[in-house]
Amino acid sequence: MTKKKENALVISQEMLAPDIYSMWLQTEAASEAKPGQFISMYTNDGSKLLPRPISICEIDKAAGRLRVVYRVTGKDTGTEQFSKMSAGDTVPVIGPLGNGFPYEKAEGKKVFLMGGGIGVPPILELAKQMKCEKKQILAGYRDAQTFLREEFEQNGELYISTEDGSVGTKGNVMDAIRENGLTADMIFACGPTPMLRAIKTYAEENGIECYISLEERMACGIGACLACVCKSKEKDHHSNVNNKRICKDGPVFLSTEVEI
Amino acid sequence: MDMRVNIAGVEWKNPVTVASGTFGSGAEFADYVDLNRLGAVTTKGVANIPWAGNPTPRVAETYGGMMNAVGLQNPGIDVFCERDIPFLRQYDTKIIVNVCGKSTEDYCEVVERLADEDVDMLEINISCPNVKEGGIAFGQNPKAAEDITKAVKKYAKQPVIMKLSPNVTSIAEMAKAVEAGGADAVSLINTITGMKIDINRKSFVLANKTGGVSGPAIHPIAVRMVYEAANAVKVPVIGMGGIAKAEDAIEMILAGASAVSVGTANFHDPGVTMKIVDGIEEYMKRQGFETVAEMVGIVR
Repeated sequence: MTKKKENALVISQEMLAPDIYSMWLQTEAASEAKPGQFISMYTNDGSKLLPRPISICEIDKAAGRLRVVYRVTGKDTGTEQFSKMSAGDTVPVIGPLGNGFPYEKAEGKKVFLMGGGIGVPPILELAKQMKCEKKQILAGYRDAQTFLREEFEQNGELYISTEDGSVGTKGNVMDAIRENGLTADMIFACGPTPMLRAIKTYAEENGIECYISLEERMACGIGACLACVCKSKEKDHHSNVNNKRICKDGPVFLSTEVEI
Repeated sequence: MDMRVNIAGVEWKNPVTVASGTFGSGAEFADYVDLNRLGAVTTKGVANIPWAGNPTPRVAETYGGMMNAVGLQNPGIDVFCERDIPFLRQYDTKIIVNVCGKSTEDYCEVVERLADEDVDMLEINISCPNVKEGGIAFGQNPKAAEDITKAVKKYAKQPVIMKLSPNVTSIAEMAKAVEAGGADAVSLINTITGMKIDINRKSFVLANKTGGVSGPAIHPIAVRMVYEAANAVKVPVIGMGGIAKAEDAIEMILAGASAVSVGTANFHDPGVTMKIVDGIEEYMKRQGFETVAEMVGIVR
């Protein structure tokens, strides 16, 4: 019995783009956090019981702080409540949760770090910690609201794609690979399922080792309730069926392990 | 002051357990909860063979609660016996194994397999709303409920708790039926069948279309049903449904529950059960109760 729900202190809050917010938190979760892990954030509103799993965007271990960059998903949502908090407020959290990206494997490799939409933020801490031969960051956005762009530019070669073509390649991260004639021998990706599906197919056709971060509706966030499962290719050791728990066994999986 | 309770001949150190399905087999919660401080751990439903469960999304949040349609995913009784029983036996708590099945034979097979295992009680789930054959066929008809109780009692070596569904016309009638079938205790309520629609996608939120509603929003319904069941039967009632704090648990006990289970609240705070145990103790001190039994069903 070593972990508990704690009240994290909001250090700062800023809007990066419409509906996209960045929050720095003072939290014990920072001490053990890894890129690709998430924290469960709870609202202070008793009508909303379930935690919101929010990916970690940056880790400052020395200061004991985590940065989360998240999307407000609608009016009267938990994420909207988070967006209204300001420095000095507290937000209940548990974490860090999940396995994180196995970025140590990238040493000496030519890597794609791919993020799409609200899957972009966890790629930042990954890019900061990864040591590899060639760090190619592919960030896919809806429009010219290319949040975290400056931070990415400082941490690798950045290739932006936008759905409306306003910045970089018109289309998605896969279009950016083709347009720029890029190649890699390892991939790390986070984003919407259709994007991950395309990346998984591309990686498997080209024999590239590929790690994808999945999401699903969660309840407990710690592997007990079996709400957030995905299909696994082989029978999973824990579940004894072809299901893996995204919150506990993931959210990062080797692309060939899972069916999405 | 004595927190111990006796449920069908099994002594728990306090009246607090967890609701099946919200706590796995305890391993994931051991970081947040001292399992030694729970009266009992009630495990996730287990069947004779592994079940893959329903497609996702399996959960949705509702106002003051949630819905689930996990569909009783479980690793099957063999893995459960090899892995989960030895894990829980490391702790000083009682083990209640929740059993699910699709037919009378399925239930009996699991109960028979558990007869020689080191577990303390069995809870028979005849009330899962999310699997067509997953018990609810037995849980909405008094005759069928009595018959399945009789059948499992033939094989059971541990006391049998029948877990009842709220999705019935008369909970008292259902409680009486399983008592007539030989149940040693009853537990209630399981979740209430609900539905949630995504108005933008114009589709069901849960892949299963319907799901079981749980959480504080359903607590008053659960208190009423515990009251009705406790007044209808002599066997002990384990009360559950939306317990999120000690006051909710005490309400349930005053309504007639001999013990309580904490479910959905574990998702809101994985350490909540410890606070509930402490809160019941504080209430007893404050109110001058010497035993939990003194509180059971005193509101009439």
